[in-house]
Amino acid sequence: MITLSHYLTVAAILFVLGVLGIFINRRNVILILMAIELILLAVNINLVAFSAFLGDIVGQIMAMFVLTVAAAEAAIGLAILVIFFRRRGSIAVDDVNRMHG
Amino acid sequence: MIALIAFYLFAAVTIASAVLVIFSRNPVHSVLWLILAFFNAAGLMLIAGAEFIALLLVIVYVGAVAVLFLFVVMMLDIDFAELRSGFTKNLPFGIIVAFVLLAEVVFAISAHRSGPALSGATPPEAVQPNIVALGQVLYSRFLFPFEIAGLILLVAMIGAIVLTHRKRGDLRTPKVPRQIARRPGEAVKLSKPAVGEGVEL
Repeated sequence: MITLSHYLTVAAILFVLGVLGIFINRRNVILILMAIELILLAVNINLVAFSAFLGDIVGQIMAMFVLTVAAAEAAIGLAILVIFFRRRGSIAVDDVNRMHG
Repeated sequence: MIALIAFYLFAAVTIASAVLVIFSRNPVHSVLWLILAFFNAAGLMLIAGAEFIALLLVIVYVGAVAVLFLFVVMMLDIDFAELRSGFTKNLPFGIIVAFVLLAEVVFAISAHRSGPALSGATPPEAVQPNIVALGQVLYSRFLFPFEIAGLILLVAMIGAIVLTHRKRGDLRTPKVPRQIARRPGEAVKLSKPAVGEGVEL
């Protein structure tokens, strides 16, 4: 018998792995974007699990919206990455200091 | 029983490939592990009864996002070994953050479990397919958010094109307005040079 906590555990582990990926790959923007995708995947699993176990379809609608935002974010992020690489010849986060923020 | 075995299989492969996404040395391998993680997450959602979201995950993530990542990873010619140099330096800090987050999640789950149980946890009877139910809600109650999602995708598309588009200076494209504005009177000139002289241009 699969319970809600099974799904929540998997999603929690995925979420933690995504955050860990952001922290240990802090120099590589592509891997950071992939880690963000993992985090959004964990969110989606949570939404779908709650939707299925509460018998409410709205959770799946929200998962669709999260999917939309994730796709848009990946496209824009990779576009920014490409123009950044074109200008600076590197994608290390440490080199992103043009604005000295 | 079979659902439980499938769940554990999908969950284990998802988590293992997520670990490999983070820890593999080669970013191309990372993207491929990410694709595997998405596939298995789609399997998890299939078990939960959300068929449409599962297939959407395969189509959108595997078909579009992961391939986009793959394109960018292969297009940018980067020395990735140099980029990983800070890996061991950041590792302890990252592990600490991960454990703190994990502890918070565990606390939240146990707190939730000690409280009131999940209310109204009755699974709905499958009177209509998942896609039908989703469509009926999506096109009535969530019509405006749905339209806004489409707008977000449009903005992302135009933004990505505008950001990466560059004008090339070395192209000699025809200048159409100049060609149209050209008249025979100024385009053709009759001249009769004398013997031994050239034509002035």
